[in-house]
Amino acid sequence: MTRNGPVALFFHTLVVLFMLAPLVIVCLVAFTPENTLSLPTRGLSLRWFEAVFHHPDFVQSFWNSLWLALLSATLAVALAVPASLAITRWEFPGRGFLNGLFLSPLIIPHLVLGVAMLRLFALVGATGSFGWLVAAHIVIVTPYVMRLLIAAITGFDRSVEHAAYSLGASEATVFRRVTLPMILPGVTGGWLIAFINSFDELTMSIFITSPSTVTLPVRMYMYATESIDPMMAAVSAIIIGITVVAVLLLDRVYGLDRILVGQK
Amino acid sequence: MEATGPGARRSTPLILSAPAALLFASLILTPLLLTALLSFNEFEHATGRTHGFTVGHYLAVLTDEYYLEIFLRTFRVAALATAICVIVGVPEAYILSRMRNPWRSVFLLVVLAPLLVSVVVRAFGWSMLLGPEGPINAALVALGIGRVRMLYTEWTVIVALVHVMLPFMIIPVWTSLQKLDPAVEQAALSFGASRATAIVRVVAPQILPGILSGSLIVFGLSASAFAIPGLLGGRRLKMVATVVYDQYLSDLNWPMGATVAVLLLAANLVVMLTYHRVVEGHYRRRLG
Repeated sequence: MTRNGPVALFFHTLVVLFMLAPLVIVCLVAFTPENTLSLPTRGLSLRWFEAVFHHPDFVQSFWNSLWLALLSATLAVALAVPASLAITRWEFPGRGFLNGLFLSPLIIPHLVLGVAMLRLFALVGATGSFGWLVAAHIVIVTPYVMRLLIAAITGFDRSVEHAAYSLGASEATVFRRVTLPMILPGVTGGWLIAFINSFDELTMSIFITSPSTVTLPVRMYMYATESIDPMMAAVSAIIIGITVVAVLLLDRVYGLDRILVGQK
Repeated sequence: MEATGPGARRSTPLILSAPAALLFASLILTPLLLTALLSFNEFEHATGRTHGFTVGHYLAVLTDEYYLEIFLRTFRVAALATAICVIVGVPEAYILSRMRNPWRSVFLLVVLAPLLVSVVVRAFGWSMLLGPEGPINAALVALGIGRVRMLYTEWTVIVALVHVMLPFMIIPVWTSLQKLDPAVEQAALSFGASRATAIVRVVAPQILPGILSGSLIVFGLSASAFAIPGLLGGRRLKMVATVVYDQYLSDLNWPMGATVAVLLLAANLVVMLTYHRVVEGHYRRRLG
């Protein structure tokens, strides 16, 4: 009775094709030997990948994005762990407000955050600084980390902690030896999802990067609005490759369905 | 020996959340406030200076045909993208939920993982698929229909938005389907209800909150989408986000850009809160 009928499976096939088509064509075109955006009908070539690695702007932007994502994901986790503990374990004045504030980047359009931060950075004379860019990215990835952490801390059996305390462990020891290991899947899952979100972010970054801090998505956007050649496809294929690796990692350490959908 | 543990001191939660709270106050609340103030500043085109107080930008945006058209287009595109996401996403989530493992996990991954690929890459993929030399036009030519100009039209923007937003619809619907007891649907069927009746009268009402929250997310994200209209809409097909970008980075009229951004944020919040009311009201009626 709960089997999908042929119509349902046909519909499902169309949806899957629709979801994969733009990604598949990008990966195919990346291997074209031609000078134009075309499917590789006359053999495969790596020339456009080579072109990417010899394009100083793309290489620099790649490193910018990588450092930015590493730093902002790590710092977001460092901020989110204590904040999530505070919000889930204590009842204190301003708790609801803080919870809303920490999750607000999820409902404020990134475009609005981008122009708002541009204004702030211009006023304090920090336009185009890498440090402020990292801070801005921490703000937009922290909510993703906190959602996973709050779920991890809520479903946590505290009797183990109490046992540790009653055996004389200090608060620091309990956190390091009991609490942290138990929420570790949430921490690593949160770090990865923060990394991916920071690495992919375009709309806010486009307002607050300078020529020396341009991130890869911003560079690609600029490049795609000016010229279109298969190099864009090669960069895109590299990004898809990195994303696939990250997704597989994420699936291993935390379970992708748990991250995207919530409960298993 | 007494178990102390966390909770012993009242200041602990404040100390724990202070670093994040400080960062969020200085990088969200302050800049939003500054931008709201900026939208009331006058702008001197000759010098680019901003000063004084005026509501002129709001009047201009709310009365100028150019801006009205852009807001209307953005609203229309976002509404259509949301509607298509409901029509495609809800049945797809239902089909996925009736699959068995390992197919269920595999296809859930296939359908949801594009969410994690940069939106620039996906927009670029669509521009190649729908481009004049792309496979779809090649197929149309082969079928004897001839080339169709698809890039830089509203429908291209909508199709690409649906591609980006579909996971945001499938996720909440899937979540509410998981909470649903399959025995209830079985019961309806065994009492002689047709498949269609069972879906409409039993399944649909229970996943309605999921559909509503999915629509809310999809609409909000579509209305403020930047990369898709920027790359697939071209110069003529402006949407709110691309206009803000132009005002800030080409015209350098920051107060005007700030005005449009503030209106976008306000519209977004109004839609969110109204929807929230509707969903909450729906629950209250059902419980009461």
